[in-house]
Amino acid sequence: MLWEAVRLAYTAIIRNKLRSFLTVLGVVIGVAAVIAMVTVGEGSSAQVKASVERLGTNVLVLRPGRARMGPPSAEPVPRFTLKDAAALAELSIVAQVAPQANGTYSLVAGNANSSAQVSGTTADYLKVQNWPLALGRAFEPGEEAAGASVCILGQTVRDKLFGSSDPLGESLRVRGLACEVIGVLSARGAGSFGQDQDEVVLIPVKTMHRRLQGDTNVGSISVALLKSVDSATGIRAVQALMRDRRDIEIGAADDFSVTDMKDFNNLLSGVNSVMAGLLSAVAAVSLLVGGIGIMNIMLVSVTERTREIGIRLAVGASGGQVLMQFLIEAIVLSVLGGAIGIGLGLALAWGGSIYLAVPFTPSAMVIALAFGFSAVVGVVFGFFPARRAARMDPIEALRHQ
Amino acid sequence: MSAPAPSTPLIAFRDVARSYGAGEAEVKALAGVSFQIGAGEFVAIMGPSGSGKSTAMNIIGCLDRPSAGEYLFKGIPVQGLDQDRRALLRRHALGFVFQGFNLLPRQSALENVELPLIYKGLPADTRRALAREALRKVGLDGREGHDPSQLSGGQQQRVAIARALAGGPSVILADEPTGNLDSARSHEIMRLLQALNRDEGITIVMVTHEDPIAHYAKRLMVFTDGHLTRDEPVRERA
Repeated sequence: MLWEAVRLAYTAIIRNKLRSFLTVLGVVIGVAAVIAMVTVGEGSSAQVKASVERLGTNVLVLRPGRARMGPPSAEPVPRFTLKDAAALAELSIVAQVAPQANGTYSLVAGNANSSAQVSGTTADYLKVQNWPLALGRAFEPGEEAAGASVCILGQTVRDKLFGSSDPLGESLRVRGLACEVIGVLSARGAGSFGQDQDEVVLIPVKTMHRRLQGDTNVGSISVALLKSVDSATGIRAVQALMRDRRDIEIGAADDFSVTDMKDFNNLLSGVNSVMAGLLSAVAAVSLLVGGIGIMNIMLVSVTERTREIGIRLAVGASGGQVLMQFLIEAIVLSVLGGAIGIGLGLALAWGGSIYLAVPFTPSAMVIALAFGFSAVVGVVFGFFPARRAARMDPIEALRHQ
Repeated sequence: MSAPAPSTPLIAFRDVARSYGAGEAEVKALAGVSFQIGAGEFVAIMGPSGSGKSTAMNIIGCLDRPSAGEYLFKGIPVQGLDQDRRALLRRHALGFVFQGFNLLPRQSALENVELPLIYKGLPADTRRALAREALRKVGLDGREGHDPSQLSGGQQQRVAIARALAGGPSVILADEPTGNLDSARSHEIMRLLQALNRDEGITIVMVTHEDPIAHYAKRLMVFTDGHLTRDEPVRERA
C-alpha cells in the first residue's frame, strides 16, 4: 500500500513536470542555501580553529601606531627597530621574538617570474609561528648577523617559480637581489581572511634592511610568550617596556598596538558563529516559504483531482488511505526538492570554497538534517491539503466536474 | 427465477428517510421507504428526477446514510457505521458502475481495474491476475494496456464493469450505466450485466430512465416524490 502510494505520487509528479519543479523550487533553494552556507561556514570555522591551534602558545603582535578605528593619525609615529625586538627578547616571560620588515617585491627564477610578500625576519619567526620547514634549513645565526643573501620560500612561491623541481641551492632574484634558496616552508593554506599564507618569501631581516628596504624600520614584532604566562600579564609587561623605550609619559596613550592573536582568532570564530546563526534563520524562512509553496500547489491539486478522489472513495478507499496518498505525494515532492537542493548546495559550496580559499568540508550530518527537514516540510505542509482530500464526501466528489 | 426473499435479505430498507438541510429549507429526498432485495436479484429502479431514486442508490451503496429508519446490508445496520467502516463495506461487497464511466484518465484499463484491489491490500501479481480475469469476462482481453482515451464509450463502460467485478462483489450498483451510450452499445452493456447476474449470481441494482433498458432486469421499482410507488416483476418482453 505504501509502495503503491509512492508509485502513484511519482506518476502524478512526472505527469506535471514543470509544475512539480516550480512547486519544489522553494524547497530546492532553501535546502541549497542551507547546505552551501553551512558547508562554507564550517570550512571557514575549521580554518580559524586550525590557525588557533597552530599557535601553540600565546603570540602577541606589536605594531606602531594607535590601535583605533578611523583614518590614520596625521602625526608621524616612531617606527620599531631591531633594538626594540632585542629588548623584548630580554623579558623573562618571552619565549621568542621575531621582528618583521615586510614588502612586496617582484621575484624572478630562471624564466619564471612572480611577486609575493617578502618578510625580513629571523629564524625564530618559524618558532613563533609554529611553522615547520618542508625542505632545507632555517637561517644560521651567522647569516642573520651578516645579512646574507639566502631565502626561504612559501609553498605557493615554490610552485609558481620552481614547479616540482628541487629549489634548494637555486638562485632567486628578489627585485635586484640574487639570493640562494635554502629552505621551503610547509604548506599552510589560507589565513583567517582567506589570504594565501604560502605566498611569501623569508629573508634575514638585515638583508631586507640593507638590500631592499634601505632603512632599518621594523613593521611589526611577533612575541611568543612562555606557556606558563597568561596573555593579560604578557600584554602588560610588553606595554610597560615599550612605553618606557618610546618615552611615553604617564597618562598619555600608547603610540603602538599589541594584539593577542588568540583573542583575534576567537573573535573571528565568534563572528563566524553569529553568521551561522543568521544563516540558519534565513534557511528556516526559506524552508517555510518553500513549504507554503508545496501546500498551495497540493491544495490546487486536491481540488483538481476531486473526481479522482471520489472514484477512489467509491471503490473502497478509506479516508486514511486517501490522506496517505496525498501526504506521501507532498513528502515525495519535498524530498525530491531536498535532494536537488542538496546537490545544488554542495556544488555551490564547492565553488564557494575554492573562491574563498577555505577547505571544502561537506558534513554528512548537515546533509542528513537538510534531507530530514525537507521531509518534515512535506509532512507539515502536505497534511492540511491531504486531510481536505480525505474528508471529501464521495457523492459530492463524484458529482464534481 | 425471481428469488424468494431469504431469511436474511441482502439489502433491507426499513422506513428509510433521507432529508437534506434543516428547518424551512429541509428537503425530503426519501420519505420512509421499506423494501428488501435478495441475493441474485436484478432490480431496475426508475422514476423522474427528484423522485429519490438516486438517494436510494447512494444509501444502498453505503455512500450516504439514512437520516431516519434502518438500512441493513447482509444484516449489518449501515446507519450506525462511520465513513471508514462504510468504505470497508464498499471495498469488500460492492461494485459501482456510473453513467460517466468514471475511469481514471491516463491509467491503463488494467490499472483502472486494479484500483479497488489495491485498497484490498492484495499483492501486485494477484491484483494483475484478477484484473486480467475481470477484463476477460467483459470481453476486453487484449486491451489491458489501453488508456481510457483510446477506448470507445462502450469499451470504457466495460472497463468500469470489470473494475466493479474484480473484487468479487455481492452487489453491483449501476447508476444509468447506458446513459452516455448509443442504443447498440446500450444493449451490449445490458446483455453483459444480464449475463453477470445469470452466470456469476451477482445481484445487480440499476437506476435507469429508459424502459427498454429496465426490461433487462427481473424486478422493477418505481420511485415518486420520495416514495416507493411500484414494485413488481418485469414482464417478459414481447
